[in-house]
Amino acid sequence: MSLRGKTAIAGIAEFRPSRYTEGQTTLGMLATVARDAIADAGMELGEVDGVIVESFAEAPFMAPSTVVEYLGMRARFADVVDLGGATGAGMVSRAAAAIAAGLCSTVVCTTATRRERRTTEGPKRSAQSGFAGRRIDRTPTSEFETPYGAIGANYGYAMIANRYMYEHGLRPEQLAKIAVAQRYNACHNPDALFFGQPITVEEVLSSPVVVDPLHLLEIVMPVAGAAAVVVTGAKRAAKLAHPPAYILGAGEQTTHKSIAFAPSLTDSAIRAAADAAFAMAGVRRKEIDVASVYDCYTITVLISLEDAGFAKKGRGGKFVDDHNLQFDGDFPLNPHGGQLSFGQAGTAGGMSHVTEAARQVMGRAPGRQVKRCELAFVNGNGGIMSDQVSLILGRNR
Amino acid sequence: MEGDRATETMAAHRAEAYTKPLPEPTVVSQPFWDAAREHRLCLQRSRKTGRYVYYPRAVSPFGVDDELEWVEVAGRGQVYSYTVARRPTAPQWASDVPYVIAIVELEEGPHMMANIVECDPDSVRIGMAVEAVYQDVTPEVTLVQFRPV
Repeated sequence: MSLRGKTAIAGIAEFRPSRYTEGQTTLGMLATVARDAIADAGMELGEVDGVIVESFAEAPFMAPSTVVEYLGMRARFADVVDLGGATGAGMVSRAAAAIAAGLCSTVVCTTATRRERRTTEGPKRSAQSGFAGRRIDRTPTSEFETPYGAIGANYGYAMIANRYMYEHGLRPEQLAKIAVAQRYNACHNPDALFFGQPITVEEVLSSPVVVDPLHLLEIVMPVAGAAAVVVTGAKRAAKLAHPPAYILGAGEQTTHKSIAFAPSLTDSAIRAAADAAFAMAGVRRKEIDVASVYDCYTITVLISLEDAGFAKKGRGGKFVDDHNLQFDGDFPLNPHGGQLSFGQAGTAGGMSHVTEAARQVMGRAPGRQVKRCELAFVNGNGGIMSDQVSLILGRNR
Repeated sequence: MEGDRATETMAAHRAEAYTKPLPEPTVVSQPFWDAAREHRLCLQRSRKTGRYVYYPRAVSPFGVDDELEWVEVAGRGQVYSYTVARRPTAPQWASDVPYVIAIVELEEGPHMMANIVECDPDSVRIGMAVEAVYQDVTPEVTLVQFRPV
Protein backbone atom coordinates (compact mmCIF):
# COMPACT_ATOMS: atom_id res chain seq x y z
CA MET A 1 0.00 0.00 0.00
CA SER A 2 1.41 3.37 -0.96
CA LEU A 3 0.93 6.39 1.27
CA ARG A 4 1.13 8.75 -1.71
CA GLY A 5 -1.18 11.72 -1.28
CA LYS A 6 -3.39 10.03 1.30
CA THR A 7 -2.44 12.35 4.16
CA ALA A 8 -1.04 15.81 4.75
CA ILE A 9 0.59 18.01 7.34
CA ALA A 10 -2.17 20.47 8.22
CA GLY A 11 -0.74 22.28 11.24
CA ILE A 12 2.71 23.14 12.53
CA ALA A 13 4.07 24.78 15.66
CA GLU A 14 7.53 25.39 17.01
CA PHE A 15 9.23 27.03 19.96
CA ARG A 16 12.00 29.40 19.09
CA PRO A 17 15.22 27.56 19.96
CA SER A 18 16.88 28.87 23.10
CA ARG A 19 20.15 28.12 24.84
CA TYR A 20 18.31 27.12 28.01
CA THR A 21 14.80 26.67 29.34
CA GLU A 22 13.73 28.05 32.67
CA GLY A 23 10.89 26.75 34.79
CA GLN A 24 9.43 24.47 32.13
CA THR A 25 8.69 20.77 32.17
CA THR A 26 9.24 18.62 29.10
CA LEU A 27 5.64 17.43 29.37
CA GLY A 28 4.46 21.02 29.46
CA MET A 29 6.52 21.86 26.38
CA LEU A 30 5.31 18.75 24.50
CA ALA A 31 1.70 19.59 25.30
CA THR A 32 1.97 23.30 24.54
CA VAL A 33 3.53 22.83 21.13
CA ALA A 34 1.04 20.02 20.33
CA ARG A 35 -1.87 22.29 21.28
CA ASP A 36 -0.41 25.11 19.18
CA ALA A 37 -0.06 22.81 16.15
CA ILE A 38 -3.68 21.66 16.50
CA ALA A 39 -4.80 25.29 16.76
CA ASP A 40 -2.63 26.17 13.75
CA ALA A 41 -4.50 23.57 11.69
CA GLY A 42 -7.76 25.18 12.75
CA MET A 43 -8.86 21.97 14.47
CA GLU A 44 -10.40 21.19 17.83
CA LEU A 45 -8.71 18.94 20.38
CA GLY A 46 -11.62 16.50 20.09
CA GLU A 47 -10.84 15.93 16.40
CA VAL A 48 -7.37 14.60 17.15
CA ASP A 49 -7.55 10.88 17.80
CA GLY A 50 -3.89 9.93 17.50
CA VAL A 51 -0.70 10.94 19.26
CA ILE A 52 2.92 10.12 18.60
CA VAL A 53 5.52 11.23 21.14
CA GLU A 54 9.07 10.46 22.08
CA SER A 55 9.97 8.97 25.42
CA PHE A 56 11.27 11.66 27.76
CA ALA A 57 12.95 11.82 31.13
CA GLU A 58 9.78 12.67 33.05
CA ALA A 59 7.96 9.70 31.49
CA PRO A 60 10.54 6.96 30.99
CA PHE A 61 7.67 4.62 30.18
CA MET A 62 4.01 5.12 29.16
CA ALA A 63 4.90 8.39 27.45
CA PRO A 64 1.98 8.38 24.95
CA SER A 65 -0.74 7.93 27.57
CA THR A 66 0.97 10.54 29.76
CA VAL A 67 0.63 13.07 26.94
CA VAL A 68 -2.90 11.95 25.99
CA GLU A 69 -4.06 12.42 29.59
CA TYR A 70 -2.30 15.77 29.98
CA LEU A 71 -3.84 17.14 26.78
CA GLY A 72 -7.30 15.79 27.64
CA MET A 73 -7.51 13.67 24.49
CA ARG A 74 -9.06 10.33 23.64
CA ALA A 75 -6.65 8.51 21.32
CA ARG A 76 -7.34 5.60 19.01
CA PHE A 77 -3.65 5.47 18.20
CA ALA A 78 -0.85 6.26 20.67
CA ASP A 79 2.79 5.49 20.02
CA VAL A 80 6.42 6.29 20.76
CA VAL A 81 9.08 6.85 18.13
CA ASP A 82 12.70 6.38 19.17
CA LEU A 83 14.79 7.12 16.09
CA GLY A 84 17.08 9.83 17.44
CA GLY A 85 17.31 12.73 14.99
CA ALA A 86 15.03 10.86 12.57
CA THR A 87 12.26 10.77 15.18
CA GLY A 88 10.35 13.75 13.74
CA ALA A 89 10.32 12.40 10.19
CA GLY A 90 9.59 8.92 11.52
CA MET A 91 6.61 10.23 13.48
CA VAL A 92 5.19 11.74 10.29
CA SER A 93 5.60 8.56 8.23
CA ARG A 94 4.01 6.49 11.00
CA ALA A 95 1.15 8.98 11.42
CA ALA A 96 0.52 8.82 7.66
CA ALA A 97 0.56 5.01 7.75
CA ALA A 98 -1.81 4.83 10.72
CA ILE A 99 -4.28 7.21 9.08
CA ALA A 100 -4.04 5.52 5.68
CA ALA A 101 -4.68 2.17 7.36
CA GLY A 102 -7.79 3.52 9.06
CA LEU A 103 -6.50 3.21 12.62
CA CYS A 104 -7.24 6.89 13.31
CA SER A 105 -8.02 10.09 11.43
CA THR A 106 -5.74 12.82 12.81
CA VAL A 107 -2.42 12.48 14.62
CA VAL A 108 -0.45 15.09 16.52
CA CYS A 109 3.30 14.39 16.50
CA THR A 110 5.14 16.25 19.22
CA THR A 111 8.78 16.66 20.30
CA ALA A 112 10.46 18.78 22.96
CA THR A 113 13.88 19.16 24.50
CA ARG A 114 14.30 20.93 27.82
CA ARG A 115 17.71 22.20 28.82
CA GLU A 116 18.20 23.64 32.28
CA ARG A 117 21.27 25.70 32.96
CA ARG A 118 22.45 23.39 35.74
CA THR A 119 22.76 20.43 33.37
CA THR A 120 25.92 22.01 31.98
CA GLU A 121 27.75 21.76 35.30
CA GLY A 122 28.92 18.18 34.91
CA PRO A 123 25.91 15.89 35.20
CA LYS A 124 26.30 12.71 37.18
CA ARG A 125 27.59 9.90 35.03
CA SER A 126 27.22 6.20 35.59
CA ALA A 127 30.43 4.20 35.60
CA GLN A 128 29.93 3.17 31.99
CA SER A 129 27.56 5.63 30.40
CA GLY A 130 29.20 8.73 29.06
CA PHE A 131 25.91 10.52 28.97
CA ALA A 132 24.07 12.21 31.80
CA GLY A 133 22.69 9.57 34.09
CA ARG A 134 19.01 10.02 33.39
CA ARG A 135 19.13 6.81 31.36
CA ILE A 136 21.90 4.29 31.86
CA ASP A 137 23.23 3.01 28.56
CA ARG A 138 23.89 -0.73 28.77
CA THR A 139 24.08 -1.29 25.03
CA PRO A 140 27.11 -2.98 23.46
CA THR A 141 27.96 0.38 21.97
CA SER A 142 28.56 1.70 25.42
CA GLU A 143 30.51 -1.30 26.69
CA PHE A 144 32.87 -1.35 23.72
CA GLU A 145 33.14 2.35 22.94
CA THR A 146 32.66 4.53 26.00
CA PRO A 147 35.88 3.24 27.69
CA TYR A 148 37.79 4.62 24.69
CA GLY A 149 36.28 8.08 24.92
CA ALA A 150 34.00 7.38 21.96
CA ILE A 151 31.29 9.46 23.62
CA GLY A 152 28.73 11.77 22.07
CA ALA A 153 28.61 12.06 18.29
CA ASN A 154 31.48 14.39 17.36
CA TYR A 155 34.08 11.61 17.15
CA GLY A 156 31.86 9.50 14.87
CA TYR A 157 31.15 12.20 12.32
CA ALA A 158 34.82 13.19 12.39
CA MET A 159 35.77 9.60 11.49
CA ILE A 160 33.17 9.68 8.70
CA ALA A 161 34.68 12.92 7.37
CA ASN A 162 38.23 11.56 7.50
CA ARG A 163 37.21 8.35 5.75
CA TYR A 164 35.29 10.35 3.12
CA MET A 165 38.34 12.54 2.46
CA TYR A 166 40.47 9.39 2.15
CA GLU A 167 38.10 7.68 -0.29
CA HIS A 168 36.87 10.59 -2.37
CA GLY A 169 38.79 13.74 -1.57
CA LEU A 170 37.17 16.86 -0.18
CA ARG A 171 38.44 20.35 0.57
CA PRO A 172 37.69 21.92 3.96
CA GLU A 173 36.33 24.98 2.10
CA GLN A 174 33.65 22.81 0.52
CA LEU A 175 32.32 21.67 3.90
CA ALA A 176 32.60 25.21 5.25
CA LYS A 177 30.47 26.56 2.40
CA ILE A 178 27.54 24.46 3.65
CA ALA A 179 27.73 26.11 7.10
CA VAL A 180 28.04 29.57 5.53
CA ALA A 181 25.03 29.13 3.23
CA GLN A 182 22.88 27.88 6.09
CA ARG A 183 23.98 30.82 8.24
CA TYR A 184 22.90 33.14 5.41
CA ASN A 185 19.49 31.47 5.56
CA ALA A 186 19.36 31.85 9.36
CA CYS A 187 20.04 35.55 8.93
CA HIS A 188 16.71 35.68 7.08
CA ASN A 189 14.89 33.80 9.86
CA PRO A 190 14.33 35.87 13.02
CA ASP A 191 13.54 32.65 14.95
CA ALA A 192 16.98 31.21 14.27
CA LEU A 193 19.44 31.07 17.14
CA PHE A 194 22.17 32.69 15.02
CA PHE A 195 19.94 35.33 13.37
CA GLY A 196 21.96 38.45 12.68
CA GLN A 197 25.33 36.67 12.89
CA PRO A 198 26.61 35.99 9.35
CA ILE A 199 29.82 33.99 8.95
CA THR A 200 32.40 33.48 6.21
CA VAL A 201 34.29 30.42 4.98
CA GLU A 202 37.44 31.89 6.54
CA GLU A 203 35.70 32.21 9.91
CA VAL A 204 34.53 28.59 9.77
CA LEU A 205 38.02 27.36 8.94
CA SER A 206 39.66 29.52 11.59
CA SER A 207 37.29 28.32 14.32
CA PRO A 208 38.94 25.75 16.61
CA VAL A 209 39.24 22.16 15.43
CA VAL A 210 37.22 20.13 17.94
CA VAL A 211 37.77 16.68 16.44
CA ASP A 212 39.89 16.42 13.27
CA PRO A 213 38.80 17.48 10.68
CA LEU A 214 35.69 19.22 12.03
CA HIS A 215 35.77 22.85 13.14
CA LEU A 216 33.57 24.31 15.85
CA LEU A 217 31.37 26.11 13.29
CA GLU A 218 30.71 22.81 11.48
CA ILE A 219 29.17 21.28 14.61
CA VAL A 220 25.68 21.93 15.97
CA MET A 221 25.21 23.59 19.30
CA PRO A 222 22.69 21.77 21.54
CA VAL A 223 19.78 23.98 22.54
CA ALA A 224 16.26 23.69 23.91
CA GLY A 225 13.12 23.76 21.83
CA ALA A 226 9.93 22.04 20.79
CA ALA A 227 8.17 21.28 17.51
CA ALA A 228 4.94 19.56 16.55
CA VAL A 229 2.92 18.81 13.44
CA VAL A 230 -0.64 17.65 12.85
CA VAL A 231 -1.13 14.97 10.21
CA THR A 232 -4.61 14.27 8.90
CA GLY A 233 -6.39 12.77 5.89
CA ALA A 234 -5.86 14.59 2.60
CA LYS A 235 -9.52 15.45 2.10
CA ARG A 236 -9.88 16.88 5.59
CA ALA A 237 -6.59 18.77 5.23
CA ALA A 238 -7.81 20.54 2.11
CA LYS A 239 -10.61 22.22 4.11
CA LEU A 240 -8.55 23.46 7.05
CA ALA A 241 -6.89 26.75 7.98
CA HIS A 242 -3.86 26.55 5.66
CA PRO A 243 -3.06 24.96 2.32
CA PRO A 244 -1.60 21.61 3.47
CA ALA A 245 1.69 19.92 2.75
CA TYR A 246 0.73 16.57 1.27
CA ILE A 247 2.79 13.56 2.25
CA LEU A 248 3.72 12.03 -1.08
CA GLY A 249 6.44 9.61 -0.14
CA ALA A 250 8.19 8.05 2.84
CA GLY A 251 11.12 5.68 3.17
CA GLU A 252 13.21 4.35 6.00
CA GLN A 253 16.40 2.39 6.57
CA THR A 254 18.51 1.49 9.56
CA THR A 255 21.55 -0.77 9.65
CA HIS A 256 23.54 -0.04 12.80
CA LYS A 257 23.62 1.86 16.05
CA SER A 258 27.36 2.32 16.44
CA ILE A 259 29.40 3.81 13.63
CA ALA A 260 32.09 1.17 14.21
CA PHE A 261 29.62 -1.44 12.97
CA ALA A 262 28.11 0.53 10.07
CA PRO A 263 28.30 -1.29 6.73
CA SER A 264 30.08 1.79 5.36
CA LEU A 265 31.20 5.12 6.76
CA THR A 266 30.64 6.95 3.49
CA ASP A 267 27.71 5.15 1.81
CA SER A 268 24.80 5.66 4.15
CA ALA A 269 21.37 4.16 4.71
CA ILE A 270 19.97 7.44 3.36
CA ARG A 271 20.25 5.95 -0.13
CA ALA A 272 17.67 3.23 0.56
CA ALA A 273 15.41 5.56 2.56
CA ALA A 274 15.44 8.26 -0.11
CA ASP A 275 15.00 5.80 -3.00
CA ALA A 276 11.91 4.40 -1.29
CA ALA A 277 10.48 7.86 -0.65
CA PHE A 278 11.08 9.07 -4.23
CA ALA A 279 9.66 5.84 -5.69
CA MET A 280 6.52 6.11 -3.58
CA ALA A 281 6.05 9.76 -4.50
CA GLY A 282 6.74 9.20 -8.19
CA VAL A 283 8.94 12.27 -8.07
CA ARG A 284 12.32 12.82 -9.73
CA ARG A 285 15.26 14.45 -7.95
CA LYS A 286 15.26 17.35 -10.42
CA GLU A 287 11.70 18.25 -9.44
CA ILE A 288 12.60 18.96 -5.81
CA ASP A 289 12.40 22.68 -4.96
CA VAL A 290 13.85 22.59 -1.45
CA ALA A 291 15.97 20.10 0.49
CA SER A 292 15.51 19.98 4.25
CA VAL A 293 18.17 17.53 5.38
CA TYR A 294 19.45 16.75 8.83
CA ASP A 295 22.63 18.70 9.45
CA CYS A 296 24.22 17.86 12.78
CA TYR A 297 27.57 18.43 11.02
CA THR A 298 28.58 19.76 7.61
CA ILE A 299 29.75 16.28 6.55
CA THR A 300 26.25 14.93 7.30
CA VAL A 301 24.80 17.32 4.72
CA LEU A 302 27.39 16.46 2.09
CA ILE A 303 26.81 12.71 2.39
CA SER A 304 23.04 13.25 2.56
CA LEU A 305 23.06 15.19 -0.73
CA GLU A 306 24.95 12.33 -2.39
CA ASP A 307 23.00 9.43 -0.93
CA ALA A 308 19.63 11.13 -1.48
CA GLY A 309 20.60 11.22 -5.15
CA PHE A 310 21.17 14.93 -5.72
CA ALA A 311 24.91 14.44 -6.33
CA LYS A 312 26.94 11.43 -7.46
CA LYS A 313 28.89 9.54 -4.79
CA GLY A 314 32.22 11.23 -4.30
CA ARG A 315 31.08 14.38 -6.12
CA GLY A 316 29.46 16.10 -3.17
CA GLY A 317 32.28 18.61 -2.88
CA LYS A 318 31.93 19.59 -6.51
CA PHE A 319 28.13 19.79 -6.09
CA VAL A 320 28.64 22.28 -3.27
CA ASP A 321 31.10 24.25 -5.45
CA ASP A 322 28.69 24.31 -8.38
CA HIS A 323 25.50 25.30 -6.55
CA ASN A 324 24.22 28.17 -4.47
CA LEU A 325 22.70 26.51 -1.39
CA GLN A 326 21.01 29.65 -0.04
CA PHE A 327 17.21 29.80 0.11
CA ASP A 328 17.38 32.21 -2.85
CA GLY A 329 19.94 30.09 -4.71
CA ASP A 330 19.59 27.37 -7.34
CA PHE A 331 19.58 24.53 -4.75
CA PRO A 332 17.77 25.81 -1.64
CA LEU A 333 19.01 23.86 1.36
CA ASN A 334 17.66 24.12 4.92
CA PRO A 335 16.08 27.58 4.49
CA HIS A 336 15.45 27.92 8.24
CA GLY A 337 19.19 27.84 8.78
CA GLY A 338 19.41 24.12 9.46
CA GLN A 339 20.19 22.94 12.92
CA LEU A 340 23.71 24.32 12.50
CA SER A 341 22.30 27.86 12.53
CA PHE A 342 18.62 27.53 13.57
CA GLY A 343 19.49 25.42 16.62
CA GLN A 344 19.75 21.74 17.51
CA ALA A 345 17.01 21.15 20.04
CA GLY A 346 17.34 17.37 20.26
CA THR A 347 14.47 15.57 18.56
CA ALA A 348 12.72 18.94 18.09
CA GLY A 349 15.74 19.95 16.02
CA GLY A 350 15.15 16.91 13.84
CA MET A 351 11.49 17.84 13.59
CA SER A 352 12.51 21.35 12.44
CA HIS A 353 13.40 19.84 9.05
CA VAL A 354 9.81 18.63 8.76
CA THR A 355 8.23 21.89 9.95
CA GLU A 356 10.44 23.95 7.62
CA ALA A 357 9.72 21.76 4.59
CA ALA A 358 6.00 21.96 5.37
CA ARG A 359 6.19 25.74 5.82
CA GLN A 360 7.97 26.15 2.49
CA VAL A 361 5.48 23.96 0.62
CA MET A 362 2.55 25.72 2.32
CA GLY A 363 4.03 29.10 1.32
CA ARG A 364 4.34 30.18 4.95
CA ALA A 365 8.02 31.13 5.20
CA PRO A 366 8.11 34.92 4.88
CA GLY A 367 11.61 36.37 4.59
CA ARG A 368 13.05 33.08 3.39
CA GLN A 369 10.34 31.67 1.17
CA VAL A 370 11.73 29.55 -1.67
CA LYS A 371 10.11 30.71 -4.91
CA ARG A 372 7.66 28.36 -6.63
CA CYS A 373 8.16 25.79 -3.89
CA GLU A 374 5.98 22.80 -4.71
CA LEU A 375 8.05 19.79 -3.69
CA ALA A 376 10.26 19.32 -0.65
CA PHE A 377 12.67 16.54 0.28
CA VAL A 378 13.14 15.88 3.98
CA ASN A 379 15.69 13.60 5.59
CA GLY A 380 15.93 12.75 9.26
CA ASN A 381 19.14 11.18 10.54
CA GLY A 382 19.37 9.50 13.92
CA GLY A 383 22.48 8.70 15.92
CA ILE A 384 25.68 8.47 13.95
CA MET A 385 24.16 7.96 10.49
CA SER A 386 22.04 5.20 12.04
CA ASP A 387 18.29 5.69 11.58
CA GLN A 388 17.29 7.32 8.29
CA VAL A 389 13.80 8.51 7.37
CA SER A 390 13.10 10.36 4.11
CA LEU A 391 9.88 12.18 3.21
CA ILE A 392 8.60 13.93 0.10
CA LEU A 393 6.12 16.73 0.80
CA GLY A 394 4.12 18.44 -1.93
CA ARG A 395 1.82 21.41 -2.42
CA ASN A 396 -0.41 19.20 -4.57
CA ARG A 397 -1.57 15.61 -4.08
CA MET B 1 53.68 -0.61 61.15
CA GLU B 2 51.92 -3.11 58.92
CA GLY B 3 48.74 -1.08 59.27
CA ASP B 4 50.51 2.18 58.38
CA ARG B 5 51.99 0.70 55.25
CA ALA B 6 48.62 -0.65 54.18
CA THR B 7 47.09 2.80 54.68
CA GLU B 8 49.86 4.42 52.63
CA THR B 9 49.41 1.90 49.81
CA MET B 10 45.68 2.49 49.74
CA ALA B 11 46.19 6.24 49.69
CA ALA B 12 48.64 5.96 46.82
CA HIS B 13 46.23 3.74 44.95
CA ARG B 14 43.40 6.19 45.50
CA ALA B 15 45.50 9.05 44.20
CA GLU B 16 46.17 7.16 41.00
CA ALA B 17 42.67 5.72 40.76
CA TYR B 18 41.48 5.24 37.21
CA THR B 19 38.71 7.78 36.66
CA LYS B 20 37.54 7.01 33.12
CA PRO B 21 34.40 4.99 32.42
CA LEU B 22 34.93 1.25 32.67
CA PRO B 23 33.20 -1.47 30.67
CA GLU B 24 30.44 -3.29 32.48
CA PRO B 25 30.61 -6.81 31.01
CA THR B 26 27.50 -8.89 30.47
CA VAL B 27 27.31 -12.68 30.63
CA VAL B 28 27.65 -12.64 26.86
CA SER B 29 30.71 -10.39 26.71
CA GLN B 30 32.56 -11.68 29.79
CA PRO B 31 34.83 -14.10 27.82
CA PHE B 32 36.17 -11.15 25.78
CA TRP B 33 37.12 -9.22 28.91
CA ASP B 34 38.50 -12.34 30.63
CA ALA B 35 40.81 -12.89 27.65
CA ALA B 36 41.83 -9.22 27.55
CA ARG B 37 42.87 -9.49 31.19
CA GLU B 38 45.20 -12.31 30.10
CA HIS B 39 46.46 -10.06 27.26
CA ARG B 40 44.78 -12.11 24.59
CA LEU B 41 42.29 -10.95 21.96
CA CYS B 42 39.39 -13.35 21.61
CA LEU B 43 36.52 -12.95 19.18
CA GLN B 44 33.53 -15.02 18.25
CA ARG B 45 33.55 -16.92 14.95
CA SER B 46 30.65 -18.25 12.93
CA ARG B 47 30.66 -22.07 12.71
CA LYS B 48 28.75 -21.91 9.43
CA THR B 49 30.64 -19.21 7.53
CA GLY B 50 33.94 -18.91 9.39
CA ARG B 51 33.39 -15.16 9.60
CA TYR B 52 34.37 -13.34 12.77
CA VAL B 53 32.10 -11.24 14.96
CA TYR B 54 32.82 -8.29 17.18
CA TYR B 55 31.27 -7.28 19.61
CA PRO B 56 30.21 -10.50 21.39
CA ARG B 57 26.63 -11.63 20.78
CA ALA B 58 24.22 -14.32 21.87
CA VAL B 59 23.18 -14.97 18.27
CA SER B 60 25.02 -15.04 14.96
CA PRO B 61 24.32 -12.24 12.50
CA PHE B 62 25.10 -14.66 9.66
CA GLY B 63 22.03 -16.86 9.71
CA VAL B 64 19.35 -18.40 11.88
CA ASP B 65 20.99 -21.86 11.72
CA ASP B 66 24.42 -20.58 12.79
CA GLU B 67 26.28 -20.73 16.09
CA LEU B 68 29.20 -18.68 17.39
CA GLU B 69 32.36 -20.04 19.03
CA TRP B 70 35.15 -18.18 20.85
CA VAL B 71 38.59 -18.17 19.20
CA GLU B 72 41.82 -16.29 19.81
CA VAL B 73 43.03 -13.98 17.03
CA ALA B 74 46.32 -12.27 16.22
CA GLY B 75 45.40 -8.72 17.17
CA ARG B 76 46.74 -7.19 13.98
CA GLY B 77 44.91 -4.80 11.70
CA GLN B 78 44.88 -1.38 10.15
CA VAL B 79 43.33 1.98 10.88
CA TYR B 80 40.01 2.14 9.00
CA SER B 81 39.26 5.67 10.17
CA TYR B 82 40.19 7.88 13.08
CA THR B 83 39.93 11.30 14.59
CA VAL B 84 42.26 13.29 16.77
CA ALA B 85 40.25 14.78 19.62
CA ARG B 86 41.58 18.31 20.14
CA ARG B 87 38.96 18.89 22.80
CA PRO B 88 37.93 16.15 25.23
CA THR B 89 34.98 13.99 24.18
CA ALA B 90 34.09 13.69 27.89
CA PRO B 91 35.43 15.45 31.00
CA GLN B 92 37.43 12.39 32.11
CA TRP B 93 39.67 12.83 29.04
CA ALA B 94 40.36 16.53 29.68
CA SER B 95 44.06 15.98 30.42
CA ASP B 96 44.54 13.53 27.53
CA VAL B 97 44.09 15.85 24.54
CA PRO B 98 45.13 15.40 21.83
CA TYR B 99 44.24 11.71 21.64
CA VAL B 100 43.21 9.37 18.85
CA ILE B 101 39.89 7.52 18.64
CA ALA B 102 39.92 5.04 15.80
CA ILE B 103 38.07 2.23 14.11
CA VAL B 104 40.57 -0.57 13.60
CA GLU B 105 39.86 -3.14 10.90
CA LEU B 106 41.23 -6.44 12.16
CA GLU B 107 42.89 -8.87 9.75
CA GLU B 108 40.02 -11.21 10.53
CA GLY B 109 37.51 -8.61 9.31
CA PRO B 110 35.67 -7.07 12.26
CA HIS B 111 35.92 -3.41 13.16
CA MET B 112 36.88 -2.40 16.71
CA MET B 113 36.73 0.99 18.38
CA ALA B 114 39.94 1.76 20.26
CA ASN B 115 42.56 4.40 20.88
CA ILE B 116 45.78 4.44 18.88
CA VAL B 117 48.46 4.74 21.56
CA GLU B 118 52.25 4.94 21.88
CA CYS B 119 52.58 7.36 18.94
CA ASP B 120 52.27 11.01 17.95
CA PRO B 121 48.53 11.54 17.34
CA ASP B 122 49.35 13.56 14.23
CA SER B 123 51.23 10.61 12.71
CA VAL B 124 48.11 8.41 12.51
CA ARG B 125 46.80 7.74 9.02
CA ILE B 126 44.06 5.62 7.48
CA GLY B 127 45.59 2.31 6.38
CA MET B 128 48.34 2.42 9.01
CA ALA B 129 49.25 -1.07 10.28
CA VAL B 130 48.54 -1.50 14.00
CA GLU B 131 48.74 -4.23 16.64
CA ALA B 132 46.88 -4.81 19.87
CA VAL B 133 48.38 -3.66 23.15
CA TYR B 134 46.83 -4.40 26.51
CA GLN B 135 46.21 -1.59 28.94
CA ASP B 136 45.65 -2.82 32.50
CA VAL B 137 43.57 0.10 33.75
CA THR B 138 42.45 -1.54 37.01
CA PRO B 139 43.31 -4.88 38.66
CA GLU B 140 40.09 -6.23 37.10
CA VAL B 141 39.89 -4.48 33.75
CA THR B 142 42.21 -4.54 30.75
CA LEU B 143 41.38 -2.47 27.68
CA VAL B 144 42.47 -3.62 24.23
CA GLN B 145 44.24 -0.74 22.51
CA PHE B 146 46.31 -0.50 19.32
CA ARG B 147 49.71 0.94 18.43
CA PRO B 148 51.52 1.35 15.13
CA VAL B 149 53.52 -1.73 14.14
